[in-house]
Amino acid sequence: MAVSVDEAVSAGPVRDQTRPTRRLGGRGRSVLEIALLTVLAVVMLFPVLWMIETSIKENRDVYAVPAEFFGFTVTMEHFKDVFVAPGGGRSALSVAFLNSAVVAGVSTVLATVLGVPAAWAYSRFAVKARKDQLFFILSTRFMPPVVVVIPIFLMYRQVGLIDSKLGLILIYTAYNLPFTIWMMKGFVDEVPAEYEDAAMLDGYTRLQAFRRHTLPLLVPGIAATAVFALIFSWNEFVFAIFLTSSDSVRTAPPAIAGLIGGTTTDWGLVAAASVVFALPVLVFAYLVRKHLIAGVTLGAVRR
Amino acid sequence: MAGIEVIALHKRYPDGTVAVEHVDFSIKDGELFVMLGPSGCGKTTTLRAIAGLERQTTGDIRIGNTLVNDLPPAERDIAMVFQFYALYPHLRTRDNLAFPLRAEGLPKPEVHERVAEAARLMRLGPLLDRRPRQLSGGEQQRVALARALVRRPRAFLMDEPLTNLDAELRADMRTEIKHLQGELGATMVYVTHDQVEAMSLGHRIAILNKGRVEQTGTPLEVYDRPASLFCAAFIGAPPMNLIEVEVADGKLRSQGGLVLTPPPGLPRDRCLVAGVRPEALEVTAPGAERSVPARVVSAEWLGDEIIYVVDHGGQRDVRVRMPPTVRFAADAPVGLRHTGGTPAVYDVSTEELVA
Repeated sequence: MAVSVDEAVSAGPVRDQTRPTRRLGGRGRSVLEIALLTVLAVVMLFPVLWMIETSIKENRDVYAVPAEFFGFTVTMEHFKDVFVAPGGGRSALSVAFLNSAVVAGVSTVLATVLGVPAAWAYSRFAVKARKDQLFFILSTRFMPPVVVVIPIFLMYRQVGLIDSKLGLILIYTAYNLPFTIWMMKGFVDEVPAEYEDAAMLDGYTRLQAFRRHTLPLLVPGIAATAVFALIFSWNEFVFAIFLTSSDSVRTAPPAIAGLIGGTTTDWGLVAAASVVFALPVLVFAYLVRKHLIAGVTLGAVRR
Repeated sequence: MAGIEVIALHKRYPDGTVAVEHVDFSIKDGELFVMLGPSGCGKTTTLRAIAGLERQTTGDIRIGNTLVNDLPPAERDIAMVFQFYALYPHLRTRDNLAFPLRAEGLPKPEVHERVAEAARLMRLGPLLDRRPRQLSGGEQQRVALARALVRRPRAFLMDEPLTNLDAELRADMRTEIKHLQGELGATMVYVTHDQVEAMSLGHRIAILNKGRVEQTGTPLEVYDRPASLFCAAFIGAPPMNLIEVEVADGKLRSQGGLVLTPPPGLPRDRCLVAGVRPEALEVTAPGAERSVPARVVSAEWLGDEIIYVVDHGGQRDVRVRMPPTVRFAADAPVGLRHTGGTPAVYDVSTEELVA
């Protein structure tokens, strides 16, 4: 049977309560913990805070020395610039955001649609050399994108996929698929195969049994997997900068990077664009945080 | 209801593992047939092949007069009860029961009537509007049984249905299944690794080991004359004592001097082992008539009986079942006496019954 995260934790070995410990008392310990966590939080969050602050400062405040943490004039100009071109109409950045949404969305859907049935098959059927196949699938993820980007660039040039959204969608799907298959296989393994067996004896075909009984139970797993795939596609930089060049195709990460350089850098605009870029994933991840944790801890405890 | 025939079944998975080597048996209409064996013996694979959930590599399966080799599970007209119940978690009891009927496309009033009948038979009235997670293990298993009943199939397949229940509930459900089977006159194939379950339920038992049938017979037949050393060790708790014997002067003699009546037709010049049930032996005071010297190694006090483990002629694990009134201390010198009839005798090299 499926083991929930709670059960898995509580089933751990019981600590010996009688053994004398030299740990700090409850109060002292929690103070120390809170202090350490606060330091950690400040270190981790400072760049984020600085980004948000820069995005709402006027340009002269951005360059002020010493830097002003408080008491600067708040402006929304940079955010306007992210979406609206200087002469009116849509800015290049807003096009890039739209491209990012399309590329990340479509590649995630594709990876899920292809990966879930594959995971189901690997989980349920006696496939020849299953372990070797699964290892091969995983091995495609061993190399970082930057290692394979040149060969892919050359191949794409041959087949005319350079500087196209389709090209990005395909490479992101290919990159997400191994991850989707492996993670979903874990989730499918947790759903007892008996549900499908029972449904088949009740008069359904194998595929109907999968669709009607297993699939609904996999929804949380699919959500978690899709979020990870989406985050990867949304954040991906190396492929995007090598394989695309025109403003109409480029996704947000290279577009934002393109703002830096030249004679002057509009840091306010860079910060505002980064905030806009980070928000959707943050919000999305927050909404499905329960599933994300389930996805990360899955398989940590064996039945 | 219909009989089931399994002929020369062989199942080999694509990765090369052989789950079923060679299985043959024939189940009569209305019979409760138990497949018994340790895990990995091929009993569940055989059952799943009968259900159509696995396709055998070679061999034939007939249900009634139909050869079902190439029929999908749905067209075999059989119902199966699983170890994990496999109740659909998002459906209430009522809908779980109705599910297979709706899949068949039966008209509503008939679905309703059949669900009510199955619910009455399994006493599920108060549970009809609950979901599986609101039911206890025993209740879930009763719902699973009812879901099998509601179809009125030609045969029932049970895959270790009681394994997940606690001991007391298991005994109750065993009675219930046996009663139900008798009442419906249902053909039932029951898979278990629990020999008590097999003995108490089965009209006939097939003992499987390493993908082969070692023995088929009624519970008493397999208990009295296990067909192989494997069966001898598997049936009975504590299991049969296997005592090395030699044929001398028309008698079977153990190293410790125990003398047994040999069955007729014993082969000569072979290493033999006699299978002696713990209740066919007796612990006596030392030096009692017809007894041989032995020593108590340990005693298990079970309340209604005592299992003595005695050391007899260098063999340290001879088990003897005694009434609780006969008491000997551990390490005490005692006598050991054979009180049963002719024992089953096995050849050590073939591990099979020779006489």
